[in-house]
Amino acid sequence: MSEQRARLARGGRIDRSRICTFTFDGRTYTGCAGDTVASALLANGVHLVGRSFKLHRPRGIVGAGVDEPNALLTLRGGGRTEPNIQATMAELYDGLSAVSQNRWPSLALDALSINGLFSRFMPAGFYYKTFMGPTRGAWMWFEPAIRRAAGLGKAARERDPDRYEREHAFCDVLVVGAGPAGIAAALAAGRAGSRVLLLEQMATAGGALLDERTDSHAERWRSEHLAELEALDNVTLMTRTTVFGVYDGGVTGALERVHDHEPEPPRGQPRQRLWTVRAARTVFAAGSTERPLLFGDNDCPGVMLASAARRYLNHFGVLPGRRVVVHANNDSAYAAAGELRRAGAEVTVVDRREQPAPDVGAALRADSIELISGARVERAHGRHRVRAVTVADARGTRRLDCDLVCVAGGWSPNVHLASHLGHRPVYDARVGAFVPDTLPEGQFAVGTMTGELDDAGAVAVGWRAGLAAAGQTDDERAPAPPATAAASGWVHAHGNGEAPRGGPGKTFVDLQNDVTDRDVALAFREGYRSVEHLKRYTTLGMGTDQGRTSNINGLELMAGLRGQSIPETGTTTFRPPFTPVALGALVGRRTGRHFRPERRTPMHDCHRERGAEFVRAGQWLRPRYYPEHGADVDTAYVAEMRAVREAVGMVDVSTLGKIDVQGPDAPEFLNRVYANGWLKLAVGKARYGAMLRDDGLVFDDGTTSRLAEHRYFMTTTTAEAGPVMSWLEFLLDTAWPDLRVHVTSVSDQWAGVAVAGSSGGHVLAAALDGVDTSDDTLPPMGVRDATTDDGLPVRILRVSFSGERAYEVYTPAGYGAHLWERLMAAGQPHGIEPYGTEALGGLRIEKGHPAGPELDGRTTLDDLGLGRMARPNKPFVGDVLRHRPALESEDRRRLVGLQPVEPGARLRAGALVFPDGAPVEGHGIGHVTSVTWSPTLGHYVALALVAGGPAREGEIVAAASPVHGEHVRVQVVPGVFLDPEGERIHA
Amino acid sequence: MKRYSAWKLFTHALRGHKDWPEAWRAAEPKKHYDVVIVGGGGHGLATAYYLARNHGITNVAVLERGWIGGGNVGRNTTIVRSNYMIDGNTPFYEWSMKLWEGLSHDLNFNVMLSQRGHVMLAHSADQMQAHVRRANTMRAHGIDAEILSRDELRREVPDLDYSDEARFPIHGAIVQRRAGTARHDAVAWGYARAADRLGVDIIEHCEVTGFVEEGGRVTGVETTRGRIGAGAVGMAVAGHTSELARKAGLELPIESHVLQAFVTEGIKPLIDQVIVFGAGHFYISQSDKGGLVFGGDLDGYNSYAQRGNLPVVHNVAEIALAIAPHLSRLRLLRHWGGVMDMTMDGSPIIARTPLDRLYLNGGWCYGGFKATPASGWTFAHTIAHDAPHELNAPFTLDRFREGVQIDEGGSGPVPGHH
Amino acid sequence: MLRIPCPFCGERDHAEFSYGGDARVQRPALDDRSEERWYRYVFLRDNPRGPHREFWQHVGGCRAWLVVERDTGNHEILDVRFAADAMKEAQCE
Repeated sequence: MSEQRARLARGGRIDRSRICTFTFDGRTYTGCAGDTVASALLANGVHLVGRSFKLHRPRGIVGAGVDEPNALLTLRGGGRTEPNIQATMAELYDGLSAVSQNRWPSLALDALSINGLFSRFMPAGFYYKTFMGPTRGAWMWFEPAIRRAAGLGKAARERDPDRYEREHAFCDVLVVGAGPAGIAAALAAGRAGSRVLLLEQMATAGGALLDERTDSHAERWRSEHLAELEALDNVTLMTRTTVFGVYDGGVTGALERVHDHEPEPPRGQPRQRLWTVRAARTVFAAGSTERPLLFGDNDCPGVMLASAARRYLNHFGVLPGRRVVVHANNDSAYAAAGELRRAGAEVTVVDRREQPAPDVGAALRADSIELISGARVERAHGRHRVRAVTVADARGTRRLDCDLVCVAGGWSPNVHLASHLGHRPVYDARVGAFVPDTLPEGQFAVGTMTGELDDAGAVAVGWRAGLAAAGQTDDERAPAPPATAAASGWVHAHGNGEAPRGGPGKTFVDLQNDVTDRDVALAFREGYRSVEHLKRYTTLGMGTDQGRTSNINGLELMAGLRGQSIPETGTTTFRPPFTPVALGALVGRRTGRHFRPERRTPMHDCHRERGAEFVRAGQWLRPRYYPEHGADVDTAYVAEMRAVREAVGMVDVSTLGKIDVQGPDAPEFLNRVYANGWLKLAVGKARYGAMLRDDGLVFDDGTTSRLAEHRYFMTTTTAEAGPVMSWLEFLLDTAWPDLRVHVTSVSDQWAGVAVAGSSGGHVLAAALDGVDTSDDTLPPMGVRDATTDDGLPVRILRVSFSGERAYEVYTPAGYGAHLWERLMAAGQPHGIEPYGTEALGGLRIEKGHPAGPELDGRTTLDDLGLGRMARPNKPFVGDVLRHRPALESEDRRRLVGLQPVEPGARLRAGALVFPDGAPVEGHGIGHVTSVTWSPTLGHYVALALVAGGPAREGEIVAAASPVHGEHVRVQVVPGVFLDPEGERIHA
Repeated sequence: MKRYSAWKLFTHALRGHKDWPEAWRAAEPKKHYDVVIVGGGGHGLATAYYLARNHGITNVAVLERGWIGGGNVGRNTTIVRSNYMIDGNTPFYEWSMKLWEGLSHDLNFNVMLSQRGHVMLAHSADQMQAHVRRANTMRAHGIDAEILSRDELRREVPDLDYSDEARFPIHGAIVQRRAGTARHDAVAWGYARAADRLGVDIIEHCEVTGFVEEGGRVTGVETTRGRIGAGAVGMAVAGHTSELARKAGLELPIESHVLQAFVTEGIKPLIDQVIVFGAGHFYISQSDKGGLVFGGDLDGYNSYAQRGNLPVVHNVAEIALAIAPHLSRLRLLRHWGGVMDMTMDGSPIIARTPLDRLYLNGGWCYGGFKATPASGWTFAHTIAHDAPHELNAPFTLDRFREGVQIDEGGSGPVPGHH
Repeated sequence: MLRIPCPFCGERDHAEFSYGGDARVQRPALDDRSEERWYRYVFLRDNPRGPHREFWQHVGGCRAWLVVERDTGNHEILDVRFAADAMKEAQCE
């Protein structure tokens, strides 16, 4: 176990009394509570933490937050494995294990670092120019190796044991970012009485104030104002909560990392929580990101942003280097230089400007810091850690030994969130950066995110935005700004007015994706000059850091090559999420069985107790067959069909859509929505109906019964229950508002059982309280209400889908299971058997009734042989367009029956129909839609849609199923295989 | 014009890659072209290329209002397949697949066609049956298709949730092994470079603001860079077809909708094939760079904004974990939107228009990327001959009036449902 | 998330609604036998970039059909009313 040799004895906001032990690449280290993995590694003098994506170059820690491009580690293990986690965002806990990525066999000795030697053969986009030969499929030969080399970490292959939550929040004012401007905005809105939500992505609120020393005035400002916020009941501050996306309607998405800073979530607690925040107004105070300066081999471990070095020093109490070169083009690095010096490091400042601000020179001299102005770092030296830099100025070059290089290239406002709604950021030449464009009403951007680097300005603007968001005018009680060490005044990022350029060695623009200045130049040379082409050709800015430290430098390089200004060159679009979001968090609890609610019928438990095999029909679970009837589905459904044909069976039809249609104009309404006529249907009678879409194709079918003068009970297919309901409502609301009709969905209110078979009437009679089920009182298509002998109210429809004497019995859903059991008991003496969807389908195929496979949204009434239903003398929905020429063409595919020439042959749904003897080529003349074994006929029967349809009756054709290797000769027959006269319904 | 090859890459490397030429010239518009293609996306560039290559028509300009490849060819989920069932679609998409298979060679630009297989899951016995017709139709057209049982599938794609506890247990799948993915940007660039080599002018930052007509015939276009005369004009601006066609007085059976796409952080190889969920709209594959790329339903309302909203984000993530629960800790890196021309039957339009010498290519719905080669091939033919190629003959503008709906999903004339 | 102010239920996420498409297309009268008018109604769409009058149904709420005016370029919602009222107004115009 090594010691924290770079940890300072005092200072910072970590807790030195709570030691955390952790491992990195198997080696054990210690850190303190409050550390990140990055700060703890630096405390232990560990700078080499990863290998780069393409060239496998050694890489260290560059930043201290979400801007980190390099230090991506794999945390935890097993089902909790998390690849590509920024060490700068991973909070340390006792027992944490982290491993480096993209290296083999070890971080120090990485075999693929050989890529570096061949890098000249792998410029940007090299893969577009090669791997094309020698054969056409050559790429498939090279690709696996490239895929293995690409990617970053390894993802888990086991299930995630943790749970996630999705929550909702509502507020008047959402403030994004708890830096000085965000705190001021939250305070202003909070004092004005608004419901305020202040979200901060880091573990500690304060933003850039955390870069300041704990004994500074800035720290006092931070703690005092946070305390006041905490005291306000109407203000909620959430840390570890990142706003990742801004969406329409004032909606933002935020991810709360509830227990990521602990080994695992406490029992029952979520790992992360995804918040959908609906805010009346939003204040963005997202801060800014420091820019690196470009020079040769600038990716060497130990090259770090100056602001990050301050964060490590002042927040984490870590001195990240003892011999430091601070390389700057503006004043903001001088605070880092002074503080590093006072913490005990030797410091040299290399300023690209000829004339740094006059008062800093004296301050540096007071701290014994050497200042080399008008000079630039040309190149870094060192393999696993920087050892020296070459500095060049007008007089020549010299070499400075060092173990840390702090770079300060100015600031890039974090404009991402403000541009998610399509408002492209605009270039502000005054501050040399992209800033948010004018935002829509209700959105404000404040603080350094707008290019305002001055603390007093940031607080004042934040305060005003907070007031405005709260609907207040100006207020005198604005807090005094924190006096931070940051130099006042925004300094142009590249103060010399020079375009960035690389140095000797390799100059990396995008560290994560290994994009160099030469790649940018190559993209320019080859014509990939628009920023989007640059990005896509070189992959600049497409890493997990979304190019926070690289985009602007790449853009400036391209602008320089094009000889254009930066605004002329443009910027790319920022996409959500701001930082990556785990899929698990987006899903919340909607996983496993909770993914899409399962719909069960009221009789579900009855089926389950009988051991039914269920089928998923949309969201419904329906009994497919009952294994008690046979060893497998094929034997069971045939037995179930036989029971219905020879005695009696019953099936759960609760999933059918049911709609209560009421009103004096209900007959007229039905007459319009159905193709057939409804004006003459008597009370107490049901009728089969088919409805069309406006385009004239069949939409749905079902039976509707007239319960009373003004009241109908409509049933729809299971699949279209919702769409039919919405369609009826649409017509009543928009097309026919004059019709006095109300429709109400009662699908969930009624459970239904169909009893089918010659003794069905006896079963019903036995269960009902003195109700006559004979043809006289309940003839086919008759409807009546009744009561069972044990008191259940039921509605009985004498309708048949199977072709047998059959009754649909409905009861309020809560009685469904009871009704099922009562009918089952009443049927015992008659040998009643339950049947599932397979037998239900088989029975209707024997009768030639079209169902789902035939009602596929592509068929007309004529196609289905139902053309005679359409009434010629009344208008109905779809009647006009169903007469379009192609829909009336003679060679349309129309419904027929098929039966095998060889009785033993098997038919397949999905087989294609070809003329007998024709080759199996193309679409053929039709296709088989539905197939069943017919126990009554002793062979397979099928329904098919065949060109010409019934005109082919008697013809021999072929049903081919190439995927089964089957080719069956079949005869075209009428679609009704059984009892074409319909006598059995009276049996 | 230098050919690309491993040898060229090597020799250029020795010279520091300092003399690679531009992939395509930044051409200045001429006064007149034989053919002007509006839209520098995949389809427009492919059309220009095939006009030159197949028909010898090289006096061609491609006008792009932004940068080439900036529309849906650069925003899609890169899937290439030809598993279509309905007459009209099947042969067209298979021809496209065949062109894909030779495209890198033909263009001398590696479009990284990766035939890793396309696996469409079935979650019930009924769905397995429904796949049979599709597979049979493909096989009868000489297209590879297989039906795999759950056990067979498990051997090939081991990492999915095969448990019975899954909300939608996997029963099996239909597989097209020749299908897969291609590098989307490379398709635009490869066609641009190859078209440029044959003399086509590619003109970026040139927006068409109107059409010039004489006696019922199109003779040119007005643009932000002046009037450009044209013997024929082809529109290939899917997503924005209605807006452009309106300038020519056309009314179309098209609505514009947003379709989102998603990519995760890069990881080492995890998913090999393209996997498609069967109980909802969702497809996922892994890019060569390591990110999982996926997509799902339209956001569901007319939109020209290239961005979507949270409900679809949640929805696709839910499906991803439903079929592969181990992806739970993997992180979404970016999501974005593309604007889709959604037609009234889910199938495209490649056809003449009521205006003489004005041609329309649009209405690509979800299917544009995979169709790029065949779309360009047949659109070029249609323009060159003023008559459709046999393969795009069904994709007329008038088919709805006539009663022909090429409705692969059976969803009816509701564009958002295709 | 679009936030649609339902005149009956108040402002709600668009996920509670289902989309019904262009509300400006004129549905022919039921007894209108013109194939051309029905064809235009069912199949042709103006599809503007900008303000768009469209149907939404509050399926997860009051189930009323609404006419929403929304900008298809930026998703801003400009106006919402009950479809029944909007159709009556359209007839009066």
